[in-house]
Amino acid sequence: MSSGMKKYLFWFANEHLDFRINEIKSIVSLLNVDLKWLKTPYEDPFWIGELDSDESATKIASRSITVRYIIDLWSTAPSVSELHNELHGLSHSLLAPYSDASFKIKVEIFGKSQTQKEKLDKIESFNYLPLNGRVQLKNPELALQYIEYYGVDHSIAPLHPRELYFGRVVAQCQRDLISKHSLKKRKFIGNTSMDPQLSLIMANQAKISKGDLVFDPFVGSGSLLIAAAEFGGYVLGTDIDYLMLHGKSRPTRKQDRDKPRNNESVFCNMKQYQLEDHYIDIIVADSSLPLWRPDILFDAIITDPPYGMREAIEKVGCRKEEKRISEQHLPTHIPSKVVYPLCRLMSDLLDFAALHLTVGARLVTWLPIIRCEYDEKKLPHHDCLQLVGNSEQILSTTSSRRLLTYEKNKNFKPNSSSNGILYSEETFRERYYKYVEQLRKVKGCEKDS
Amino acid sequence: MKLLTHNMLSSKCIKGVNLGYPLGIEARDIKVSKVDFNSEFVTRIIPKLDYKTLYGAAEKLGHATDLPQTVVENFESNEDFLQKVHHVLLEVEVIDGDLICPETGRKFPINAGIPNMLINEDEV
Repeated sequence: MSSGMKKYLFWFANEHLDFRINEIKSIVSLLNVDLKWLKTPYEDPFWIGELDSDESATKIASRSITVRYIIDLWSTAPSVSELHNELHGLSHSLLAPYSDASFKIKVEIFGKSQTQKEKLDKIESFNYLPLNGRVQLKNPELALQYIEYYGVDHSIAPLHPRELYFGRVVAQCQRDLISKHSLKKRKFIGNTSMDPQLSLIMANQAKISKGDLVFDPFVGSGSLLIAAAEFGGYVLGTDIDYLMLHGKSRPTRKQDRDKPRNNESVFCNMKQYQLEDHYIDIIVADSSLPLWRPDILFDAIITDPPYGMREAIEKVGCRKEEKRISEQHLPTHIPSKVVYPLCRLMSDLLDFAALHLTVGARLVTWLPIIRCEYDEKKLPHHDCLQLVGNSEQILSTTSSRRLLTYEKNKNFKPNSSSNGILYSEETFRERYYKYVEQLRKVKGCEKDS
Repeated sequence: MKLLTHNMLSSKCIKGVNLGYPLGIEARDIKVSKVDFNSEFVTRIIPKLDYKTLYGAAEKLGHATDLPQTVVENFESNEDFLQKVHHVLLEVEVIDGDLICPETGRKFPINAGIPNMLINEDEV
């Protein structure tokens, strides 16, 4: 172990595995914490890393969504007897500062179930620990955690645990925010509102900190703005959908379909979470066209652009030659729209970020992918932006979406080039259905023969 | 629409418009609400502002009485100044009105506090 560094156990939630390392990387760089990973098994929820102090652990915990708890790791062993042996030797020195503290011992059996009796027996097995304080289940001064890990798959759980961990809980992470922001209780949602957990992870990827100016060019019902504001960002958004921003689109919840939306807006969501002081504005605008003063710099851009599957992917335009609008219709005219191919959208978005981000600031965006066609080299890129994070969320056997994090690394020059060669002018929708159709034919042939 | 937003918006989306800045404001309904003061945010946003435009917009809406005409020296440590800028940036809001392109006179309506910067298909 390097000098002054202590071992900590990072207990991750058992979901969004591909987002873990990128989230922690972003948090560590945002908060300037020195973390050295010792063990980062992709599938297992228990990772071990070295930090200089509890303070650093608490800092990471103040932001992390993918981690549940950070634990000062006292002992880890492949068998129960070895764990207890090690603890026997260490317990006096480790527990000296806590000998009179109120305490509790928590038991977690991961990958297997236990009866209440087994649980109590396991707690009792630690009775040799020199603890003189009283047991307190709610907010004890010392929370000790014992973990038996049997692997992630319940159905093939081995007889004996694969690994055991014991330590002192230093900090609980921010997973309570997921239920606080739950879409079920949110006043205004759209058909493709981003799940709160992923929104908060995106805000971490974007390294949003207090007083940042944050922008979402495809704001919709504003889910990403809520996450950004939760971490102290001041938020702005635009969307081409007038009815959506005015809360007049068709209600998303089935039970509300028969009545019009009443007083629903991005602002009223911000108010619901007491974040209204961080709301700047939302604007109806077409993101394919310039809108801002050219020298405006944002501290982060986080967005979930439409993929053309569940939400239309459009910009203002007209396929007809004759596009004059008569005087009589002008005041109430809603501009007609044409398809905005995803490759154009992505390269416009990267150009926008290259121009309008502070150097060192980040663009965080999603990209839909047909899984078997995916090639990292074909991701959209820009001279001024470096890809620093790429996590996959699998949506079906054929498709997924990737959360891409770009960091601006130099000032924009007008001749710098961007490229999104992942798709041709063909839309993602056309490509997706062509692929699914092909797959169906192949399967049909297999059946026939 | 808050004056901070106005300070950043342009009408460059219209074909042939060069700068499209600053946009004129015609306000029919103005709301003043209380927003928590955060000196860190205001200090960071001041260098991004076109201060002359901010002053002009505040004056147009009748809220420039307390606001100095230029950024004061050492504004970072001048809480009184930061408070005044905070007020015009985040607390004064146009609920109903128009934004006007300085080059073409094209009007962009603001209703329910939300500016509509969409142009029609014949203007793209």
